[in-house]
Amino acid sequence: MTETAPNPQPDLDLTDSPDLPLDMAHSSLKPRFSLQSVFVGLMFVFMYLPILVLVVYSFNESAYSAAWEGFTWEWYEYLLSDSRIFAALRNSLTVAISAVAISAVLGTLMAVGLARYRFPGRQLYLGVSYLPLIIPDIAIAVATLVFLAAVGLSLSLWTIVAAHIVFCLAYIAIVVSTRLADLDRNLEEAALDLGATPVQAFFKVLLPQLIPGIVSGCLLAFVLSMDDFLIASFTAGAGATTLPMEIFSRIRTGVKPDVNALSAILISFSALLAIIAEWVRYRGESRRQ
Amino acid sequence: MSVSPPPSAPSPTRKSELPWGSRWLGVTGLLAPAGLWLLLLLVLPTLVIFQLSLVPNIRPGDVVIPSGIDNYLRALDPGNLRVVLRSLKLALGTTGLCLLLGFPVAYWIALLAPQRWRNLLLLGFVLPLWTSSLLRTYAWIAILRPTGVLNSLLGVAGLPALDILNRPPAVLVGMSYSFLPYMVLILYSSLEKLDRQLLEASADLGATPIQTFWKITVPQSLPGIAAGSLLVFITSLGDFIDPELLGGASSMTVARLIYNQFLGQTPNWGFGSALSMVLIFAVSLAIALLLKYGDSSATQR
Repeated sequence: MTETAPNPQPDLDLTDSPDLPLDMAHSSLKPRFSLQSVFVGLMFVFMYLPILVLVVYSFNESAYSAAWEGFTWEWYEYLLSDSRIFAALRNSLTVAISAVAISAVLGTLMAVGLARYRFPGRQLYLGVSYLPLIIPDIAIAVATLVFLAAVGLSLSLWTIVAAHIVFCLAYIAIVVSTRLADLDRNLEEAALDLGATPVQAFFKVLLPQLIPGIVSGCLLAFVLSMDDFLIASFTAGAGATTLPMEIFSRIRTGVKPDVNALSAILISFSALLAIIAEWVRYRGESRRQ
Repeated sequence: MSVSPPPSAPSPTRKSELPWGSRWLGVTGLLAPAGLWLLLLLVLPTLVIFQLSLVPNIRPGDVVIPSGIDNYLRALDPGNLRVVLRSLKLALGTTGLCLLLGFPVAYWIALLAPQRWRNLLLLGFVLPLWTSSLLRTYAWIAILRPTGVLNSLLGVAGLPALDILNRPPAVLVGMSYSFLPYMVLILYSSLEKLDRQLLEASADLGATPIQTFWKITVPQSLPGIAAGSLLVFITSLGDFIDPELLGGASSMTVARLIYNQFLGQTPNWGFGSALSMVLIFAVSLAIALLLKYGDSSATQR
């Protein structure tokens, strides 16, 4: 067990090798260090600048000017009294939660099936399962709209759910597959040898080990569903406006100050989700060791 | 782990197949639900838009009679061809910029940053991906507009103001910003696996850091570079939000043109379907090229 340590730490290799002094090992990297770290610092600023701008503007007295003209909560109060935003938020949550819940089941089954069985047509199935990640959103949106029109299904909130399941299940399946690849197959075999039924082996042995993967896959799918504008606007029926659709129409019709307040709230919420996702992943990884 | 089974006990087929009861029941039960969904809402719809793309001048409700490739020829009209070429240029430009900006970041996090901070730094860099892409693009309007943050900063520095909002350069900035985290993620996972002993050996043998970089680092991370570039290229080729919100009238792209054919003032589903097929074809071509040349470059070293 010990001679194949899971991840040989490269840093340890450097310090442990006696004939190679540490400073010499780093000498090849050193000349670019300072310049590069300044550049990397600037790129971090670049990544957070737009988010900072949105948050700062959300407290700016004048929402139309770049200059700071005083602190105000006004835009947040304005936002809280906006029933259209809340209706759109409710629609988005309905879509995301329904699509993710269904995809969690379908995607997990799919990942397990692909990992555990070899069958004719497996490569084709695998290829199709990757398509939602590869085909541009606009093409998926067009295809779904044209198809729904061809079969004569009227558009509603539920057609958005159906369309979102396509990409949600693909992302969940990918994340779950990654985790499946690391699992010890012997545990399932042991369960079966000890007389467990296949269904028992699935629910008592395999599923508990997959939970961290399923949860982080669901969080990813949830964020993608909440963020989707294109597919929703092609497949939404009248009145089924999601949050991104509402934000898009507000941006298009001119800069509305409360969008800044909305951004600040959504950013805080996303940061929270990201932290939860990372924590789940971290827990899953540390338990495995 | 103490009892490892003797090699003969579980036969190899049993190991790779397995487990639950009848094999076909298992395959069907696990794979049919998702497969059916993908078939109904992805594969069949794509076939339907292919059929529709062969019908000239179709409007919603028309009878569908495939009768030719007029819609595809229309994409080659000078005006539309310019749109196609602009989309390609923007996607290539975004890919180049992301590679240029993303490589040093991924390299620094993977090789130079303190080991225990690496995961946190990477997470910190890709964290903006968790926020709404629409709102991040909206923020760039506030930054790039004539009286925006950028020009205020330039004014303070005594530099002339830039007027790039509603022009292609603004789209390039917005798309590079949107897709940079993906590039960094992929490059990071490739650079993380870099064989450091080769870097040391190269330095020992007298190579300058620049020689080491081009002869060791770049060739070893080529699969990652190819994968990251492909991902950014196909995502930016199909991007709608950045060109629509930052590009203005002078930055019509294929994705915007498709959108207008379905949700615009004068819908033309046939032409829109043909453009979608062109987009799907372009993306497939890029992937096929990667599979053909990406793999060989990875195995040749």
